[in-house]
Amino acid sequence: MLSRLALVSASALKSSGPLGAGLVQASRSIGTSPQSLAPVPPLPEKGGQVRHGIIPEELFQFLYPKTGVTGPYMLGTGLLLYLLSKEIYVINHETFAAASIGIVIVYGIKKFGPSVAAFADKLNEEKVSKAQEVKDLAVKSLTEAIEEEKKEQWRAEGRQMLFDAKRNNVVMLLETNHRERLHMVTNEVKKRLDYQIDVQNLHRRLQQEHMVDWVEKNVIKSITPQQEKESIAKCITDLKKLAQTAKATA
Amino acid sequence: MADKPVPLAEKRLMDVKLGELMSWISTKDLSPNGIIAAVRRGHDRYYNKYINVKKGGIGGIAMLLTSYVVLSYIWEYDHIKHDRWRKYH
Repeated sequence: MLSRLALVSASALKSSGPLGAGLVQASRSIGTSPQSLAPVPPLPEKGGQVRHGIIPEELFQFLYPKTGVTGPYMLGTGLLLYLLSKEIYVINHETFAAASIGIVIVYGIKKFGPSVAAFADKLNEEKVSKAQEVKDLAVKSLTEAIEEEKKEQWRAEGRQMLFDAKRNNVVMLLETNHRERLHMVTNEVKKRLDYQIDVQNLHRRLQQEHMVDWVEKNVIKSITPQQEKESIAKCITDLKKLAQTAKATA
Repeated sequence: MADKPVPLAEKRLMDVKLGELMSWISTKDLSPNGIIAAVRRGHDRYYNKYINVKKGGIGGIAMLLTSYVVLSYIWEYDHIKHDRWRKYH
């Protein structure tokens, strides 16, 4: 689990030097080489197996067919005895220092290993969840954008109906205008015809009155002065007679 | 066993026969750039196998520290030789 901390710190490392840059680059070689894969493959769950912390499992697998399970341990024991007996590994003060340091390190790892591992896992988990949040947010906003787009397309279809309604409006306006003009025309025509009728009536009336006047004039002209005197004398005698009868009755 | 013969320069180290070892080494790029590239490749392999995983263990850096200790012992051996307990082994 210390390598988990190493991973957490390595990805935040900004040290100089080709190895330091390589450390950061190794996890970010997307799109830089011609053989990049577009979605980055996920990290492997577990790393290479290591037995007792320092010996890779491959050695045990390599020796298993020939020597079985105890092969590498026998190899280790024999190697150790050879190094000690030939004093290729010399026992001096450093041996005791190394032994005490080794004991402390092993004790520390055994006791605090799991908790440190859990802590590093939590850090990784937070990073991953943050990235996942960003991705989810982006996906959500994009799906919402898709919905909006579809709604806009539906609205655009609705505009066809709007255009139809407006067209109907315009047609109605035209027709109203047309009918108004028809009415106007009929009214004007009627007025002119009425005028003609009135003119004819007027003519007839004038003719009638003129004729009557002419007849009257001629009649009056035909009454001679002698006839006028006779008629006036007759009227006077009639009046006298009436006065007498009226005086007799009263 | 019916693979077509692979040219020498592309064989992996484990497939190289002992007699061809020297010629195999001579086909490798030993210029400074080549050596740096080889070091980077090796580093990437180690990193991606032991450190760049979701649940790594102590082995990733423990192996590095152990190899550092061993290498420094080897480099200091000429000095440590003088602390030997017996002269003849």
